[in-house]
Amino acid sequence: MYVAVKGGEAAIANAHRLLASRRRGDATVPGLTLEQIAGQLSLAVDRVMGEGSLYDPELAALAIKQARGDLIEAVFLLRAYRTTLPRFGHSEPVDTGEMLVERRISAVYKDLPGGQLLGPTFDYTHRLLDPELAGDPPLDAPETAADTGERVIRVSDILGDEGLIEDDPATDISRPVADITRTPMEFPMERDARLQTLARGDEGFLLALAYSTQRGYARSHPFAGEIRIGEVDVEVMIPELGFAIVIGRVKLTECQMVNQFKGSAKAPPQFTRGYGLVFGQAERKAMAMSLCDRALRASELGEDITAPAQDEEFVLSHCDNVQSTGFVEHLKLPHYVDFQAELDLVRRMRAEHFAKAADDAATDVAKEAAE
Amino acid sequence: MTGAGHQRDPRAAAADGGGMAGRQRRLSVLAKAPAEDLLARWKQTGLDPSVELLRGPESGLVALRGRIGGSGQPFHVGEVSATRVTVRIGSGEVGHAMISGRDVCKAQLVAVIDALAQDPAHAEMIERDIVAPLEQGLAEADAKLRGETAATRVNFFTMVRGED
Repeated sequence: MYVAVKGGEAAIANAHRLLASRRRGDATVPGLTLEQIAGQLSLAVDRVMGEGSLYDPELAALAIKQARGDLIEAVFLLRAYRTTLPRFGHSEPVDTGEMLVERRISAVYKDLPGGQLLGPTFDYTHRLLDPELAGDPPLDAPETAADTGERVIRVSDILGDEGLIEDDPATDISRPVADITRTPMEFPMERDARLQTLARGDEGFLLALAYSTQRGYARSHPFAGEIRIGEVDVEVMIPELGFAIVIGRVKLTECQMVNQFKGSAKAPPQFTRGYGLVFGQAERKAMAMSLCDRALRASELGEDITAPAQDEEFVLSHCDNVQSTGFVEHLKLPHYVDFQAELDLVRRMRAEHFAKAADDAATDVAKEAAE
Repeated sequence: MTGAGHQRDPRAAAADGGGMAGRQRRLSVLAKAPAEDLLARWKQTGLDPSVELLRGPESGLVALRGRIGGSGQPFHVGEVSATRVTVRIGSGEVGHAMISGRDVCKAQLVAVIDALAQDPAHAEMIERDIVAPLEQGLAEADAKLRGETAATRVNFFTMVRGED
């Protein structure tokens, strides 16, 4: 247990002053601007927005700068900031089918309406460091091609036929939407609360769990049905006006994972689906989220719960990196009183242990002598 | 933009003279437009009404909703920063604005333009000199992105197997 201590004010003030100086680094090198961070480290900004659960690229860039590039610390800063703001309300559900698509790929259909659009991807790069980037070499402008105007239809909307793939859950408009920022977690959780928790979950943790399902711990035979990245309009109902308006756009990554399912007492053999939706360009996170979402549907689909990725209390209680870091890192705060008490206890136990050993030895010697 | 599915409030519709769809489009275009483009267009009009702040400007959060599986039950993806403001201009019209982000000046300008556009004396000018060009600018930016994306489209070929 942590016990409050006094003192150390001067040391703390000096440590923070030192931190500010170390954060800035060599003062002869120009300081980073938020535009540079948001523009050139944009995937770090996206990750901080997603796990910080606050879409605001400028604030996320500031958090990264202040945290010296420690992304979990930056997430923490963003989460702390959001608690100071009032909640105006909620958006209408975004329509990812109307996304201004920047990338869309499917691993299940070669030819699909709208095509396979690679967009700005690391895929098919050779992962060789480029020494030229040590400078600021001039770049060719992106190649352009005529836009066919073809609608980029979601794979889930194509696959619906024949009942081979499960439908989206039926919509009940009157049902309140779960919000883990307002209501403490309670298990078992509904899928809306699970998805909200996963959307802000730590990418590394979810990635590892997703990988575990591929290696056989709750194998779910997944295919990347579709991944799409792009901007969607955010519509909000304005009570004074009596109608919804678009207040801006956000970039999202959506992943539809399609999973072979042999059927159970609850559902016939079909393809089931896991879903991922994350702020910004965050493909790995969206894929991991969709695999975890599918694994966590085990009881809904009548599957045996045998693996960590299927255990919702395990996954959802530990995927938040702000909570995790808070509890792990609190161990470095002063525990002096606590430790003193433990020291006394261990000394006493050791004294009893050795006294008993000496006693037993004496008894044995006495026994042997008697024999 | 989609939004036709929302319930109309008859009082609100009556209050702006039945121009609900127009106002919805206008506020949406202004919210999506880059702040510097909006300010440049505004300055060119030379309009300068007296403005009284009725509420805000205030920054806060909007909970962003998605749908399970893309089209199922709604769920919360996270929150988006937003700024809202309500103004009254000298001629008495009230304007509202809500934009994503924390740009207080932009939000206020959107609300002022919303108020002015309800005055028939200014409506045409605002449409011609502010809303229409901004909407075109947004469409051009989208078209540029679509063109760049289209160049990365994979074209598959079926390989001839050389059996005949």
